[in-house]
Amino acid sequence: MSDTFEPRIVGFFCKWCTYAGADLAGTSRLQYPPNVLPIRVMCSSRVDPVFLITAYLRGADAVLIGGCHPGDCHYIEGNYYTRRRMAMMKTIFESLGLEPERLRLSWISASEGPRFASVITEYTENTRKKGPNPVKSKVFI
Amino acid sequence: MSKILKTNKGAEKCLQDFLKHLLESGKAKAVMALSKTVATDQDYTLNYSLISSTEELDNALPFFPLMPANAGKLVSYLTLKGPISAPIAVVLKPCELRAFVELVKREQGHLDNLLIISHSCGGVLTFDSYLNGNLDQDIKAYWGAVRKNQIPDKVRPTCKACIHFEPYTADISFDLIGQDLDQTCQITVMTDKGESILDGFDVKWTETKADPKTAQDLKALRQKAKDGLFESINADIYGIDNLIDVFGRCIGCHGCSNTCPICYCILCDFESKDHEFEPNIFEAEIIKRGGLRVPPNTLLFHIGRLSHMGISCVSCGLCSDVCPVEIPVSTIFSKVGEAIQDLFKYIPGKDLEEKIPLTKFEKQEFEEIEDK
Repeated sequence: MSDTFEPRIVGFFCKWCTYAGADLAGTSRLQYPPNVLPIRVMCSSRVDPVFLITAYLRGADAVLIGGCHPGDCHYIEGNYYTRRRMAMMKTIFESLGLEPERLRLSWISASEGPRFASVITEYTENTRKKGPNPVKSKVFI
Repeated sequence: MSKILKTNKGAEKCLQDFLKHLLESGKAKAVMALSKTVATDQDYTLNYSLISSTEELDNALPFFPLMPANAGKLVSYLTLKGPISAPIAVVLKPCELRAFVELVKREQGHLDNLLIISHSCGGVLTFDSYLNGNLDQDIKAYWGAVRKNQIPDKVRPTCKACIHFEPYTADISFDLIGQDLDQTCQITVMTDKGESILDGFDVKWTETKADPKTAQDLKALRQKAKDGLFESINADIYGIDNLIDVFGRCIGCHGCSNTCPICYCILCDFESKDHEFEPNIFEAEIIKRGGLRVPPNTLLFHIGRLSHMGISCVSCGLCSDVCPVEIPVSTIFSKVGEAIQDLFKYIPGKDLEEKIPLTKFEKQEFEEIEDK
């Protein structure tokens, strides 16, 4: 194993848009870093804030939620709730002095394969620059 | 509507007589208030009780500054399955009332048939000073401070920093702060229902005007106390290392969530199997971290609970008071909760019609948190 830091990113992707976007990026043979661990959810609003906290405390270097663009949600309004929750989570992280930058929200539709690849690339590079999640080495969680 | 009335009768006596009147006239089938459950001359145990006989009412001490449980949660137990069939009068502190309104929004209670009596609140004693202090002296000092419009000494830290000390949605509110409580009783009739139950109560009321300065002064005083409290707690909890330091002593009793008025889930997510580590996860974690606290997930419990109920935290302070290892839970939750509430410009329990922010949305908002 090399000593260079490879970020581990947990991604919660909505089945209808972002996950399909990831599929499209794959079938179009687009290159993007393999650092993201995709988890498919039926809607981005399925993601309980506790999922984000769990991922963060268990050592994910970053957590990404991917959903449909506002107005395009398969369930009409799910992603609007996600956005509010994400705003809340960022506020909580900010108030507690954790790192809200490690939580990200992206809208990627099913037809945006190239966008998926570029978001993951940009995000991986950003996280690499930021360094590993400090919680990863804490014995107490 | 809102009408302020005054009479020359001690406030506590006036409320007791009023509750008696409600029972006798049949306007309420029962009264829920703090009362002595076991009483000797020196010592008494206080609890919330439902009282239906007028003799039993003599044991009621509705204004006693103690919160053995958040009565908002208790009223939600009474009205969980549907509106109660006969009217009940409940005496709630402002934060208990706010907690109840939050529970009603979560379909955990019903407001119909409840006569809500509340009062402006000087705070409640900590359990420590109630059990181990000199109670007579503390109570005397407490009422002295309330009369003089100051912050009492032995109350909960969040009470000292509470700026919502006047009830928002009561039917009748007794004004205690800054009043001469032995001689006069001033009430605010806040609803038509309050007006109608006051009918026939044999006391000579004179209509008066409130002096807004009293409340403003106290609010300014408490705001200052709040800023100080939040600043000091911020130094203790900011950053992962400080969080570990503060929550590291948690013994996992979950007393904070069991007493929390907003935590109503029958099976808490954090008590379910979902968050238990299995042996293989333990193994993986110790390889990654070089060690692991057992039992793990303490931080997850507290931050997770914050994310679940922080939006509705009414800062009643019960969680800190029940904590056996003295983690300042309520101060932390109050501070972070307020940050979330400010984000949505929401005051929990202020208005029944206002939906909980996380259950509604605007089509265009918070665009700064999305990736472009």
